[in-house]
Amino acid sequence: MTIHPVAIIGSGPAGYTAGLYTARANLSPVVIEGSVTSGGALMNTTEVENFPGFREPIMGPELMQAMRDQAERFGAQLLSDDVVSTDLTGPTKTLTMGSGQTLQAASIILAMGSSYRELGLPREKEFSGRGVSWCATCDGFFFRDQDIAVVGGGDSAMEEATFLTKFARSVTVIVRRDQLRASHIMQQRAQSNPKIRFTWNAQVTALQGDDRLSGITVTTTSGEVTQIPVTGLFIAIGHDPRSAIVAGQVDRDSEGYILVEGRSTRTNVSGVFACGDVVDHTYRQAITAAGSGCSAALDAQRYLEQL
Amino acid sequence: MATLTITDSTFSTEVLTSSTSVLVDFWAQWCGPCRQIAPALEEISTEMADSLVVAKLNIDENPQTAAQFGITSIPTMILFRQGSPVHTIVGAQPKHAIVQQLQTHLLSAH
Repeated sequence: MTIHPVAIIGSGPAGYTAGLYTARANLSPVVIEGSVTSGGALMNTTEVENFPGFREPIMGPELMQAMRDQAERFGAQLLSDDVVSTDLTGPTKTLTMGSGQTLQAASIILAMGSSYRELGLPREKEFSGRGVSWCATCDGFFFRDQDIAVVGGGDSAMEEATFLTKFARSVTVIVRRDQLRASHIMQQRAQSNPKIRFTWNAQVTALQGDDRLSGITVTTTSGEVTQIPVTGLFIAIGHDPRSAIVAGQVDRDSEGYILVEGRSTRTNVSGVFACGDVVDHTYRQAITAAGSGCSAALDAQRYLEQL
Repeated sequence: MATLTITDSTFSTEVLTSSTSVLVDFWAQWCGPCRQIAPALEEISTEMADSLVVAKLNIDENPQTAAQFGITSIPTMILFRQGSPVHTIVGAQPKHAIVQQLQTHLLSAH
């Protein structure tokens, strides 16, 4: 079996940037994109306004397509498959795919990113696709002239709330604290929108409905309980790192983020590097993910040169 | 076999009265995850051609069928056997996970 110099797991800004740099270093990287997750989290966004180099906003999917094309142009091999298990011990690492195929590589770059966090409420799964959603750009359309709610106080929540006002009659944003975590510009945009109102110091504690969502129960920190009739609930309360496939092999923190050595991208396993949102619980931006993807590529290159 | 494009007006003949099982993919152009999942569905339509037709319904152009099945999230995929919905998949999932669910529901007694 061929032993590839580098295999990269993940296809967000971190994965494609690592692909671009390792391809340009003649390391013939294989980027395992995921069978249906290629492009990563930015595929669910609309306008990206903070990626340097674009004076006008660029659509998330368009930006990811450009990164993908750029990596491919320099010879990165793109594989539309999912890594389901890994064996990272020893000098040759083995990855097993959803299709049953295996792939061997001398070094691995982990760039699996993160997945949407769920509220953890009873009936949340049952109502998923029946009023509960994690993707405003996908599902906003179905809530024309309806009253809906968004949970969360970060940039994603503000973007979703603002986007959803194109369709919805009203958008109630439920924020756990008494202030927003979102960037100033995103806060301002949401707060000046007449269709958006805020419920502060509150959490969603129950979901109601027969075969689809018809309302939510909101409980404030002071214990006040109210029912809000909404037909849609968009959840934007953050992300969890997608590091399960390396559990037990690569050191992770208590939340599942992969631990790296100092300012490098080296994990505790020799020849295994990690970058992007699967490592970063602080910044989580497209540009910081891309930057750390570059670092991982350079770290992997140095590692391979020393073998 | 490639995927089959269906509309509000062909839904009944292509899905409800079809003797073959049909997986209907409710999608739209502006939905990122729908585009992400499209190549996997094309592959499934070829690989499982013996037991399944994969049909694509654009919900923008065909709101009636989407409303009839209470779709509020896309992609949503509904598997129909003998004209009845037997399994629903909401959201983009890995190809192997979709295949596994299809196999389970196609093999189970009806």
